[in-house]
Amino acid sequence: MAKLTINEDACKGCSLCIQVCPKHILELNREKLNAKGYHPIGIINMDECIGCASCARMCPDVVFTVER
Amino acid sequence: MAVVFEKTKMLTDVPFHYCPGCTHGIAHRLVAEAVEELGMQDKAIGIAPVGCAVFAYNYFNCDMMEAAHGRAPAVATGIKRVHPDKLVFSYQGDGDLASIGTAEIVHAAARGEKVTTIFINNAIYGMTGGQMAPTSLEGQVTTTSPYGRKREHCGLPIRMSELIATLDGACYVERVSLHDVPNIIKAKNAIKKAMKYQMEGKGFTFIEVLSTCPTNWGKTPVEALKWLKENMIPYYPLGVVKEEV
Ligand SMILES: Cc1ncc(C[n+]2csc(CCOP(=O)(O)OP(=O)(O)O)c2C)c(N)n1
Ligand code: SF4
Ligand code: SF4
Ligand code: SF4
Repeated sequence: MAKLTINEDACKGCSLCIQVCPKHILELNREKLNAKGYHPIGIINMDECIGCASCARMCPDVVFTVER
Repeated sequence: MAVVFEKTKMLTDVPFHYCPGCTHGIAHRLVAEAVEELGMQDKAIGIAPVGCAVFAYNYFNCDMMEAAHGRAPAVATGIKRVHPDKLVFSYQGDGDLASIGTAEIVHAAARGEKVTTIFINNAIYGMTGGQMAPTSLEGQVTTTSPYGRKREHCGLPIRMSELIATLDGACYVERVSLHDVPNIIKAKNAIKKAMKYQMEGKGFTFIEVLSTCPTNWGKTPVEALKWLKENMIPYYPLGVVKEEV
């Protein structure tokens, strides 16, 4: 079991995290704009997250907190 | 559940001003995590460059000094000589370090100053609008090389790590890259090792970090990582260039 916390307003929608997630469960939320005006990252299925923190290590804007 | 990743306390709450997907943010975090993991939060002093990272002093949660363009190694020298017990690092881009500041970096290394330089090589001048840097690749199109960098005109890109490694005062020189997670982990280990050697008084330490500038390369952040991997790494090989400690 793992838990991902997303600081949505820090996200710049660069997609770097999306391509390193081994579970392919990250996606930009096209329905939303954050305070900076970007579509922020969202998690499609938290149950599948393995807490590997690859997304957090790749993110240039330190958007994620990962618990496992 | 235990926290496996959270923002290091060595970074302030100020959000980075960098473009989306710019690897300056990753490099900042690695430097900050390295300081924290070494338990040196209260002893670190950083020198910010001129370039996109000019506001680095807002982001690192330690004493910071802003240097004139390219002069960070000289400022680092002064600070370290007055405060030999402090962990002193400079953070510099390739325009800053390999062009206007070449004299300062070469002589700081030659003198064996006990500081750590983090050298961000993104093969371009980011802040000023994508001009050619001494590190831009042959054939690379920039705003000042619209037909691509030509060897006859500009020579070939300078491999700063190899150059610095020739100087006896430099004890540890490694080139790392931020294009994927395993390399990001290696990059942090290299930065930590450099800081450790600095504190052991071994000599000058230099970590070259291959980075991206998606905005001025005219690429998406994901394409930029791929371009780095396919074009920069063949010319700028990764790994330890020198470790004589
Ligand atoms: C004395 C001086 N000369 C020139 C400049 C203009 N200038 C500002 S940043 C920069 C180069 C930045 O490139 P780099 O060091 O590669 O950093 P990046 O922005 O790519 O991170 C230049 C030439 C300046 N600020 N001061
Ligand atoms: S922690 Fe790993 S599995 Fe979970 S979202 Fe991030 S990259 Fe994907
Ligand atoms: S890497 Fe960070 S900034 Fe980029 S899309 Fe993912 S969460 Fe947002
Ligand atoms: S101009 Fe380039 S180096 Fe500067 S913040 Fe933007 S992407 Fe990064």
